[in-house]
Amino acid sequence: MENKQDMNRRTFLKRLGAGVAWAVALEGCTPKRTATPAGGTLPQGEIPTDRMTYRVNPKTGEKVSLLGYGCMRWPTLEDGNAKEETGGIDQEMVNRLVDKAIAHGVNYFDTSPAYCKGFSERATGIALKRHPRDRYFIATKLSNFAPSTWSREASLAMYHNSFKELQVDYIDYLLLHAVGMGNDGMEALHARYLDNGMLDFLLKEREAGRIRNLGFSYHGDIKVFDYLLSQHDRYRWDFVQIQLNYLDWRHAKEINPRNTNAEYLYGELAKRGIPAVIMEPLLGGRLSKVHDHIVARLKQREPGRSVASWAFRYAGTHPDVLTVLSGMTYMEHLEDNLRSFCPLQPLTEEEVRFLYDTADLMMQYPTIPCNDCKYCMPCPYGLDIPGVLLHYNKCVNEGNVPEDRQAENYREARRAFLVGYDRSVPRLRQADHCIGCNQCVSHCPQGIDIPKEMQRIDRFVEHLKQGTL
Amino acid sequence: MLRRIRIVLGSLCLLLLTGLFLDFTGTLHVWFGWLAKIQLLPALLALQVGVVLTLVALTLLCGRVYCSVICPLGVFQDVVSWLIGRRKRAAARFSWSPAKSWIRYGVLAVFVLALLAGVGSVVALLAPYSAFGRMVSHLLAPIYGWGNNLLAVSAERAGSYAFYEQEVWLKSLPTFLIAVVTLVALVVLAGRNGRTYCNTVCPVGTVLGVLSRFSLLRPVIDTAKCNSCTLCSRRCKASCIDARNHRIDYSRCVACMDCVAACKHGAITYTWRRPSVKAVAAEKAAPADAARRNFLVGAGVLLGTAAVRAQEKKVDGGLAVLLDKQVPHRHTPIVPPGAQSLRNMAAHCTGCQLCVSVCPNQVLRPSGGLATLMQPESSYERGYCRPECTKCSEVCPTGAIRPLSKADKSSVQIGHAVWLKENCVPLTDGVECGNCARHCPTGAITMVPSKAADDGSPRIPVVNTERCIGCGACEHLCPARPFSAIYVEGHENHRMV
Repeated sequence: MENKQDMNRRTFLKRLGAGVAWAVALEGCTPKRTATPAGGTLPQGEIPTDRMTYRVNPKTGEKVSLLGYGCMRWPTLEDGNAKEETGGIDQEMVNRLVDKAIAHGVNYFDTSPAYCKGFSERATGIALKRHPRDRYFIATKLSNFAPSTWSREASLAMYHNSFKELQVDYIDYLLLHAVGMGNDGMEALHARYLDNGMLDFLLKEREAGRIRNLGFSYHGDIKVFDYLLSQHDRYRWDFVQIQLNYLDWRHAKEINPRNTNAEYLYGELAKRGIPAVIMEPLLGGRLSKVHDHIVARLKQREPGRSVASWAFRYAGTHPDVLTVLSGMTYMEHLEDNLRSFCPLQPLTEEEVRFLYDTADLMMQYPTIPCNDCKYCMPCPYGLDIPGVLLHYNKCVNEGNVPEDRQAENYREARRAFLVGYDRSVPRLRQADHCIGCNQCVSHCPQGIDIPKEMQRIDRFVEHLKQGTL
Repeated sequence: MLRRIRIVLGSLCLLLLTGLFLDFTGTLHVWFGWLAKIQLLPALLALQVGVVLTLVALTLLCGRVYCSVICPLGVFQDVVSWLIGRRKRAAARFSWSPAKSWIRYGVLAVFVLALLAGVGSVVALLAPYSAFGRMVSHLLAPIYGWGNNLLAVSAERAGSYAFYEQEVWLKSLPTFLIAVVTLVALVVLAGRNGRTYCNTVCPVGTVLGVLSRFSLLRPVIDTAKCNSCTLCSRRCKASCIDARNHRIDYSRCVACMDCVAACKHGAITYTWRRPSVKAVAAEKAAPADAARRNFLVGAGVLLGTAAVRAQEKKVDGGLAVLLDKQVPHRHTPIVPPGAQSLRNMAAHCTGCQLCVSVCPNQVLRPSGGLATLMQPESSYERGYCRPECTKCSEVCPTGAIRPLSKADKSSVQIGHAVWLKENCVPLTDGVECGNCARHCPTGAITMVPSKAADDGSPRIPVVNTERCIGCGACEHLCPARPFSAIYVEGHENHRMV
């Protein structure tokens, strides 16, 4: 009897235990499971093809997609497969990217004779030729890199060559490329576009209809921007391309005194009713490759959205923006951006304030404002300048730039920095080979004092290697 | 049992020593660096009296166990012989042969003379540890390096920093070819007759052989039990057992214990010497071994071969093409800090390539010079002698590169920089430079206007040779290619500055 009771109790306990386990398991199952995370976007979900947000060009009345395709960062093939006549561009991939973009309503493609070692126009032209001409707008530029191209003859040749490369007989949007750059922006403007009569020529081309919209892209010296706008009555700018993002809105001048806050640039354009085309909305990825703390902060607000989407929605939220350019190298970038613009869900005032606070936080991290545009390349002494700067920024954002040997993670950080350095940049192209010839400085749209930064990074590397930090 | 112990210990030594040549991270050296330093010849050259005496005592006590356990080349030959024996299914393929004494002592004499005369190339050719080092560092290390690079690529994909890429390059063609010849010769010799090299060529083997004649412990044949089946003789890779006469040549016996294990009647035991057993006198010498002659002739031909450096081609799309730097003609070769002088290097270095293998900056490479063949020398095309590194001095087993602290290293003058006006970029390209001055660890370079009267003239470097230590930072980082505008001339004698 006693024995039996004992058995009963044991059985009872067993059953009780099993019951509890069941209950727990059931409880665990109760919330609904979905295949994809809830929130603003569904990473695995289909992107709608008919929801693109468009803005209207006030002059022509045409509808321009708010997401524009920047053709400065086309994907390239591995060294072995790259062909010289295509500049190493992966044309097959370019075609697929363009097809996908057009299928989802993107209709603005921005290129230049200088991009991708001079092969961007050709690649863009090949991809677009496969679509009806009225499905897309082409923007290209009269570029201004080497003074040898500044003569009237060379400029005309460059202009006519764009038609050939792009396989078109009219250009929708033509820009004077990057006015305001160089040591003396006004002098460069005169030498490049005014004194040789090129701007007058372009105005005539606009009258003739071969250029449908004329504008300029601006970096650097504010005098040039103000001057060109002051001449608006004479030139009738149809659009102006400026750098705008939530960091540069109020911090551009702080990052580099040569630059001007986007708040001012945008305000001046809005005042005159000139549509703004936005470049560097993501700062070449610097607003997506941010410090872990910033990632956490943005993700916490919108777990379903990418870090980059904040920057694109920010740029698109401004009403006088015609299109926001993004140089999408990878299909994933394109898809992510399409999700941000199909349709655009504008930021609320509170969200904009949140981004400005985020920008203030970002300013605490000493990254170098390189957007990997490669205007500085090729360095005549073989350096991979963007490679060095991007590696440095990566390490800053990952907390691998220790301040001294007492830093908590010194050993791991040192290894990550040095091993990663050799991986990202071949030794012969690292910062220690910078001789300070200064030839790159005038090419940098962000006004980075490249030799100074190279030597600073080199000193840091030396300290790490020698263990004298 | 004894044989098993020998095999385990020998394999361990071989593996670890090989590791020393392959491991570029320096981890293994911390724990097992001493293995290189107990090699007899290096220890002798480093005047490590304790090590040498211990090895002598060991040989007098146990016979040539050194050759069977500690010497990596010996164990390597055993491995080759064993593998070939397995393939041929003929473990018992050896036979007794008389000692070729005149070659043994002839080679030893040449070797000693070369040592005394400081002809490092001959020393390096003959010394067993050097032969091993050169095979591993020039034949195996590249494969290891490529394997590592493969891992580095996967690690990079996985975002791990556990592996990092290593440069694999042909450091010296003559040395590489000699390494190939060494390998082929050794494999052929070991495959055919086991320890032929050790008992006819190897000078260390000869010296130890003299000692081991008098060793206290030795394999002894008990004639009462022996039925003269000659199995021991056929298993003896040293060919030193004359089974018919029940005699063993103890000068050639490497105490491998194969015979002890092989004898089915327990007639051979490793035991204390008996007064009655007399050392067998060397038999008549046989004519010169053809393999050895071929080896030496081959090596001699190679001495004249010019050094052809590997050209690597790395053309990147958007990057300026960089010409590879070329080795400038240096009047005096540069040897690393710690070497003290060219003479000290020549007198002590056995050309084992250990320093060349561990140099993390790709500075050291084997010399192609006739007298200094395979001994290390510095050049700065791929990197320079960095201030925080003293690796070569830490690993050198022979005292050719003496240990020195990092502080001392940066104040030893191993050479001085020489400026070549014709190549200097401020003058040729009209741009500012000063990269040499910026990177000089001792501040020996100052940038001055090229025209004394004109402050605005292009600035050129001037070298204070008293402060220059010859580290090569300026030469390596000079933008002029393929020949730098500033290069280092070596000094015969190093001095503190």
